[in-house]
Amino acid sequence: MKARHIAADLRIVSRTYLRNPVALFFSLIFPIILITMFGLIFSAVGTGAVTLVVVNEDHNPQGGPTAESSAFLAALNSTSVVNVQLVSVTPQNFSTYLGQNDYSAGLVIPAGFQNDYLNRTPVNLTLYTNPEDASSTGTVVGAVQGVANGFNLRAVCSGTSCAPTIGFTTLNVGSQVYKYIDYLIPGLIGFAILTSPMFSMVDIASSYRKEGIFRQLSLTPITRAEWLTSRIVWYVGLTFVTAGIMIGAGIFLFNAHVQLTLGLIPFLVVGPFFFVSLGMLAGSVAKTPESAALIGNIITFPMMFLSGTFFTVSSMPMGLQEFAHILPLYYVIDGMNQVMLFSNTSRALFDLLVVLIGSVVVFLLAIRLFKWRDE
Amino acid sequence: MSAAIEVEGLVKRYGTLAAVDGIEFSVPPGTVFSFLGPNGAGKTTTTEILEGLRHATEGEVRVLGLDPWKEGAALHRRIGVIPQDFRFFEKITPKEAIEYYRALFHTRVDPHALLEQVELADKADARFDTLSGGQKQKLGLALALTNDPEICFLDEPTTGLDPHARRAIWAVIRTLKREGRTVFLTTHYLEEAELLADRVAIIHRGKIIASGSPAEIIRAHGKPARMSVEGSPALAAYLQMNLGASAVVEDGKVSVTLSDKGDALKVLTAIEASGLPWSSFTTTQDTLDDVFVRLVGQMDEGALKTEGTP
Ligand SMILES: Nc1ncnc2c1ncn2[C@@H]1O[C@H](COP(=O)(O)OP(=O)(O)O)[C@@H](O)[C@H]1O
Ligand SMILES: [Mg+2]
Repeated sequence: MKARHIAADLRIVSRTYLRNPVALFFSLIFPIILITMFGLIFSAVGTGAVTLVVVNEDHNPQGGPTAESSAFLAALNSTSVVNVQLVSVTPQNFSTYLGQNDYSAGLVIPAGFQNDYLNRTPVNLTLYTNPEDASSTGTVVGAVQGVANGFNLRAVCSGTSCAPTIGFTTLNVGSQVYKYIDYLIPGLIGFAILTSPMFSMVDIASSYRKEGIFRQLSLTPITRAEWLTSRIVWYVGLTFVTAGIMIGAGIFLFNAHVQLTLGLIPFLVVGPFFFVSLGMLAGSVAKTPESAALIGNIITFPMMFLSGTFFTVSSMPMGLQEFAHILPLYYVIDGMNQVMLFSNTSRALFDLLVVLIGSVVVFLLAIRLFKWRDE
Repeated sequence: MSAAIEVEGLVKRYGTLAAVDGIEFSVPPGTVFSFLGPNGAGKTTTTEILEGLRHATEGEVRVLGLDPWKEGAALHRRIGVIPQDFRFFEKITPKEAIEYYRALFHTRVDPHALLEQVELADKADARFDTLSGGQKQKLGLALALTNDPEICFLDEPTTGLDPHARRAIWAVIRTLKREGRTVFLTTHYLEEAELLADRVAIIHRGKIIASGSPAEIIRAHGKPARMSVEGSPALAAYLQMNLGASAVVEDGKVSVTLSDKGDALKVLTAIEASGLPWSSFTTTQDTLDDVFVRLVGQMDEGALKTEGTP
């Protein structure tokens, strides 16, 4: 590979791109539209009842919830300002669970709650709230406080003392709190990494062949590997710009919390490497521009929605989650989540390795199967 | 000096169709060779085999001593090509296109000078998709010249162009020849072949049906030259008797076949000597056009007859 050839071709690619208003719109304006749209839609959801995720550890001998704990939760639910949602998570993992699933409030009812309550032994509930989300915190604390007061009054004052038995400790949700917008940033960067090269490479691969531009290039010293590399370099650059726009918009418009680490860079390089090559491969195996577009869409659409772009993969049904694991974009987005949100280096490295190996394979295949001339 | 292009027994089949059906020719260096034939004759197929873009089914092809299919990379540094229907990146200007080629071929050509040469300097900064058909062809020509090629392949470079643009391309082709380059030119315009080519091969249905210099082809396949005068049948009879020439009367014209250029003078002298009234003499000779139409016609009739017999 000659750098001179790649540089010369890059000038052609960049000019072609910068002189095309549609391409510019999709790479510079569209990301802002997307992130604003999704950011607004999903932040608006929070204005109804606050979801209170509950772990009820207080079981009767049959294994079901005790009558008093059920009554307590029913009372909470009937306040209609909170919406009780039971989950079974061990209390140690509960805080992390809440954080990762973007819940802002959680409650743990400890084992022995009914017993202690009926025996008037003080018993402590654990309430998790998100201090950044002041309005839902206020709502939840108020609701739990109110219901606990009612229970205390009803049960206790018949006897010798009127001391409240049900109290609660407030803890913060998660070690790190993630909101939808935090997931949306890696998701939408992944979306751009997928769609921008796929759609244009599939189109270029078939239309350049039809128009004889590949034939023309085959008569010059540039090689197919050099040509494809120049597109990859271009889309890597474009991805940096798009990612910058997404992150900037997320932080300034929606107060997103993402870590801007150098660990993000490998994904912004390997992602376009993979999808530029895949687009070329798809465009090369197709005989006509129409069938190329069809093949491109068949590959792109499932990934566009099911790889953690707009919704986290863990929020999808089990079957779809498994399906997501065969989608290359899943590893790109998951890797970005690991570096930008969870600081989980080993999992990020694994994701990176998967995409890197995939990229090399697809790149080599694309170069083999894409022909300049009729053979 | 060995031939610039050497072709022997070249066959290219697409399924059962023989697009090129056993042709051979050779092009000496520094000459203009024209491949003349109607649409679908096999011109582009042959040209692209010579350029290493298509693989021959059978036969031996050498261009500058190289096998175009196997040694394409080496060959492409030494040849320039304008394909039929030349297209380029739509948003790129001629100047940028030449700079691109210059970087790829690592040459020092001056884009401005090259665009001057093909009369496209005024459109140096216009995007390709805004150029007219003729201007696009001119850019194709300029790109084909960026690597200072020994052979230029031009596949119907003037098809569909207006007369002015066509003349501009012809001028460039003449310059190429003056510069000592070999030119392989396909066309379906006889005028073009006759004007530009040192040697012409007429191709039809994948076969070469005539070849040589335009004059040789006319001599070999054209009708002999004729002289006609307006005159009476008596004049025809007189000429027949005195010259032994075959004189015929058509539409009040007496027409005599000339087998030698000296005949013209003899015929005129005899006419004058006859004392019979005559006026306005003309001589007619077949053009490449007549020959082409006749040869292609004969071949199609022949083909029709064979197809008609069970
Ligand atoms: N790729 C191809 N596949 C099938 N048939 C082809 C192909 N290319 C050319 N042909 C056929 O070969 C014949 C010669 O075509 P071509 O060389 O393009 O003619 P010309 O350039 O003289 O007009 C035509 O009948 C054409 O239809
Ligand atoms: Mg042709």
